[in-house]
Amino acid sequence: MDTFFYDNKIVKQFGIATLFWGIIGMMVGVLIAFQLAFPALNLGIPYTTFGRLRPIHTNAVVFAFVGNAVFCGSYFILQRVLKTRMFNDLLSKIHFWGWQLIIVLGALSLAMGYTTGKEYAELEWPLDILITIIWVIFGINMFGTILKRRERHLYVSIWFFIGTWVTVAMLHIVNSFELPFSWIKSYSLYAGVQDALVQWWYGHNAVAFFLTTPFLGLMYYFVPKAANRPIYSYRWSIIHFWALIFIYIWAGPHHLLYTALPEWTQALGTVFSIMLILPSWGGMLNGLFTIRGAWDKVREDPILKMLVVSLTCYGMATIEGPLLSLKSVNAYSHYTDWTVAHVHIGALGFNGFMIFAMLYYLVPRMWNTTLYSQRMANQHFLIGTIGILLYAIPMYWAGFAQTLMWKKFTDSGQLQYQFLETVTRIVPMYIIRGIGGTLYWSGAFLAAYNLFKTVKQGKFVNNEPAEAMPLSKQALPSKSLHWHTAIERRPVRMLILSLIVVALGGIAELVPTFLIDKNIPIIASVKPYTPLELQGRDLYVREGCYTCHSQMIRPFRDEVARYGDYSKSGEFIYDHPFQWGSKRTGPDLHRIGGKYPDSWHYNHMRSPQEMSPGSIMPSYPWLYKDVLNTSITPAKIKAMKRMGVPYPDGYEDKANSDLKKQSEVIAAGLSSNGIHIEPDKEIIALIAYLQRLGTDIRK
Amino acid sequence: MEVLFILILASLCIAVCFLLAFIWSIYSNQFDDVYSPGERILFDDKQVDNSK
Repeated sequence: MDTFFYDNKIVKQFGIATLFWGIIGMMVGVLIAFQLAFPALNLGIPYTTFGRLRPIHTNAVVFAFVGNAVFCGSYFILQRVLKTRMFNDLLSKIHFWGWQLIIVLGALSLAMGYTTGKEYAELEWPLDILITIIWVIFGINMFGTILKRRERHLYVSIWFFIGTWVTVAMLHIVNSFELPFSWIKSYSLYAGVQDALVQWWYGHNAVAFFLTTPFLGLMYYFVPKAANRPIYSYRWSIIHFWALIFIYIWAGPHHLLYTALPEWTQALGTVFSIMLILPSWGGMLNGLFTIRGAWDKVREDPILKMLVVSLTCYGMATIEGPLLSLKSVNAYSHYTDWTVAHVHIGALGFNGFMIFAMLYYLVPRMWNTTLYSQRMANQHFLIGTIGILLYAIPMYWAGFAQTLMWKKFTDSGQLQYQFLETVTRIVPMYIIRGIGGTLYWSGAFLAAYNLFKTVKQGKFVNNEPAEAMPLSKQALPSKSLHWHTAIERRPVRMLILSLIVVALGGIAELVPTFLIDKNIPIIASVKPYTPLELQGRDLYVREGCYTCHSQMIRPFRDEVARYGDYSKSGEFIYDHPFQWGSKRTGPDLHRIGGKYPDSWHYNHMRSPQEMSPGSIMPSYPWLYKDVLNTSITPAKIKAMKRMGVPYPDGYEDKANSDLKKQSEVIAAGLSSNGIHIEPDKEIIALIAYLQRLGTDIRK
Repeated sequence: MEVLFILILASLCIAVCFLLAFIWSIYSNQFDDVYSPGERILFDDKQVDNSK
């Protein structure tokens, strides 16, 4: 019998970080929710404006709140299920502090406006590298623990953690291919439609493998523990795992239905999304059936209550997801608050409640005490549930209302509603949503207080003793054979190994070709951006305009009537990164170029409500004071050229004089309209970019 | 749309990794017993000594 000690300290640290970042991330969420109703809350300074705070919110809740919770839960479960201490305490420490460092640097850099402009992958290249390093350390620590385990069988939770680690590593690396042009900024190596495809392949699988699979790992441990019953069907859980991971990875294209993506790719994404219903619901039902015979406990136990709602939300989100990936549904749901409601059912319900249930379970056990107040936890459950409902229902309503208004024509064939009318109509919904979010957020404070009091009355056990039999050796062949016998006479193993070799070779051979050779339908009139427009585009990315504006007009009558000719894939070939967006809080901007005079943009960006009464867009006063950084223009042009954008030879040296000329023309035009501004201000570059958008095709 | 090939290859690579893991798990008898693992996690380790 071996005696050893579980490392509880690392679980405690990740647990505290979970709660701390959860409260911060939700606070930002509540703030941006109210900004959409009251634009004055943007405060007129860059760091608190929606476009910068929204990525901070998403990154904070996904990677800080949920991320730390996954590490907290998996470090607890790995040790207990595998009957061993974590592989290496130092790696655990580096993992913990490294991850917190990433979070802090990430939040700061996003507030400063350093973003890649790709949703949920906004962190810039130095942080991408840091994430890779820390993720690898987590992997070594996890696989090391698995190797030194005292229990031969890998419990199903472990499989979910392995699936998570492997896939997230690949997603992060493939999506982060970028070309740095300064010590902190880079351009995506992919352009336009290709960038969009990679990004949503990543985006979808980030939901699948960062927000879902690790949580199913937690579910398969904490639901049986909380109900004190074995999982309903262990066999089912294994089938669930393998089915889920083999299907999930192919569903990404459903984020790009009706876009310039090839038709067959869209269909493939839809088919796999529908197939996902089975494993997803298998998991949900397996969890819920586990509570069979214990439903009387659900009445009293806040942990079980939260787990039941969590699983129910998982079931709702995973039936809704496949439905949303049907083209006929997506035509209505895409770009609206429907999507926002959908993800928050998953985030607040499935992820959030699973996390709180886990913390309520873990803390009393690790501090050797009981929960300070069951009543308070029950109140948290109630407030949280009402919060979810008050969040989701208005958002669904807003989504339905807005999409129907967008598509409504009068009898004479005109669009019935101006875009702005469809926004002002749903502002009350935004307020209710904000209240729902606030309720959910206040629940987190109750949890923090309750857990703090629990900690105070208990005594923490840093190293918890445990005993287990060492792993017995499996029978090996009596004599060592030639190495190749491992695959000889084993056709399946042989086939798979050769497949891997071929695939690796294929990647090495094909990747460079793909990235240089572009055979997207070329449109002769589509030309690279001028240096000023390129700089303006980078401002568009910096201010997070893509969080509210799309640049992808789908081939629908209403969209063509409202915005102009539908978007063609050939129009985006110089877009590093693509800026299609996924939400139309404001109108589509792909054909905004030439629609309004420069002076309109000038006045609108400074004071949107003056130009469009009732608009919820923030104002951008700093663009009128800050001078455009032209010292970096040559580096940007050079980077674009390296990625195959056809600027003439040596253009990087001439770029700034062209930039100056173009900005002077715009400033002169403005001054003839009575607006006097220095041509070197940032707003001039942004106007240049907006006026260029979507115009090439008309030439 | 050449990037599709990268994505498909990358996805296939992952799928192959999972397939290998699956085959390993079958051959190493991971799933021969689908009853006791579910029960086993319910047995907590006894707290031997809380003073440490």
